Amino acid sequence: MIPSGFEYHRPNSVQEAVALLAQLGEEARPLAGGHSLIPVMKTRLSAPEHLIDLAGVSGLKGIRQEPGHIVIGAMTTQYEISGSPLLAETLPILRETSLQIGDPQIRYLGTLGGNVANGDPGNDMPAVMMCLDAEYQLVGQSGQRGVRARDFYLGAYDTARQNGEILTEIRIPVPPRGHGYAYEKLKRKVGDYAVAAAAVILTMTNGKCTMASIGLTNVADTPLWAEAAAQALIGTGLDHAAIANAAAAAETITDPAADGRGPAEYRTKMAGMMVRRAIARAKSRAQN
Amino acid sequence: MSRVPVKMTINGRAVEALIEPRTLLIHFLREQAGLTGAHIGCDTSHCGACTVDLNAMSVKSCTVFAIQANGAEIVTIEGMAAADGTLHALQDGFRQMHGLQCGYCTPGMIMRAHSLLKENPNPSEDEIRIGISGNLCRCTGYQNIVKSIQYAAAKINGVPYQEAAE
Repeated sequence: MIPSGFEYHRPNSVQEAVALLAQLGEEARPLAGGHSLIPVMKTRLSAPEHLIDLAGVSGLKGIRQEPGHIVIGAMTTQYEISGSPLLAETLPILRETSLQIGDPQIRYLGTLGGNVANGDPGNDMPAVMMCLDAEYQLVGQSGQRGVRARDFYLGAYDTARQNGEILTEIRIPVPPRGHGYAYEKLKRKVGDYAVAAAAVILTMTNGKCTMASIGLTNVADTPLWAEAAAQALIGTGLDHAAIANAAAAAETITDPAADGRGPAEYRTKMAGMMVRRAIARAKSRAQN
Repeated sequence: MSRVPVKMTINGRAVEALIEPRTLLIHFLREQAGLTGAHIGCDTSHCGACTVDLNAMSVKSCTVFAIQANGAEIVTIEGMAAADGTLHALQDGFRQMHGLQCGYCTPGMIMRAHSLLKENPNPSEDEIRIGISGNLCRCTGYQNIVKSIQYAAAKINGVPYQEAAE
């Protein structure tokens, strides 16, 4: 399969990339790792006239620590995320998630920025970013702005990113030391999108859950932040009844498509099941 | 669409060409560089038959534009054997342990295993299976592919290969 023709641009700086986007308008697409964009170009579902390759833009790669935050450059690959000692220590849920994305070859090239900015509800990182209350830094010709992941996803492939903007970095508040975490993903095979998946972080103090947050993948037009489900855990010992309440609350907000991954009812139930498993595993990992 | 210059090193040889930006790396390798060892299987980044080394990372060359590899170091299956024809340890492993039947997936399997063994010279069976999880084989059931990679790891590490008890 051969994509439709396009002109290739390789800017060196964010300013240059943003100027190109402004100049070329709606016919231009930023290219990150390409593992979402190139497949749809090959089937010609997408036929941009200009590709703006961000691979040469300085400053878009890397993982750094700031007080209270981890900041990840948008062009940082899944491979770099899964291998980062800093993330293993501060945000281990990112390693757990990245290792469930695609396959080894895809993770060498696929980027965090591409995964979260594309707006595909099947992508795994958006729900994790909602769970963690991450903020996306968007740069356009008129300046820079931050948008919370929880406000970013408007519909399938529809996000708060404007056409002339580029996602430059993702800022993630560091959860408390000793927090529990899990990303549970049900999939048919390696490389597949989730039937349903759940991201959970929580903290435990004296046997009681003091903080919890839950995100859901691929069970609606957008990733979901399951606020009520997490609320059902606070103050409980994460006993069977509390987990069942959280799973039921999570199921309520799903609206999955019926497709090759199963009927809608099944995927809703699997979302609940992933929430149960993720809470149980997060609890087992949390320091008390 | 106008053509653009591209330059890369393939199997140690400098290659320059004028290409359309939409040229995929697999098409560039097969049709312009004349290297038909990397195969097009699914053409949708699932099967891994097109896997090559790009700057020491194994990538699916059906899902990379050749222009993205501008300036890169590429290794394909043709670059694995020594100049005198001596097989690479992985090629020898696949031969000794019957790691192939039809052979279609083999170039991708070997290139993926090559990068895996560089990162992890002594992988467990589980690590091998996870490491090649982006490569599909429809003949062998993977048992002998895993053994082939274990054989190659032992050979590279200079230790005798011992087959695990079944």
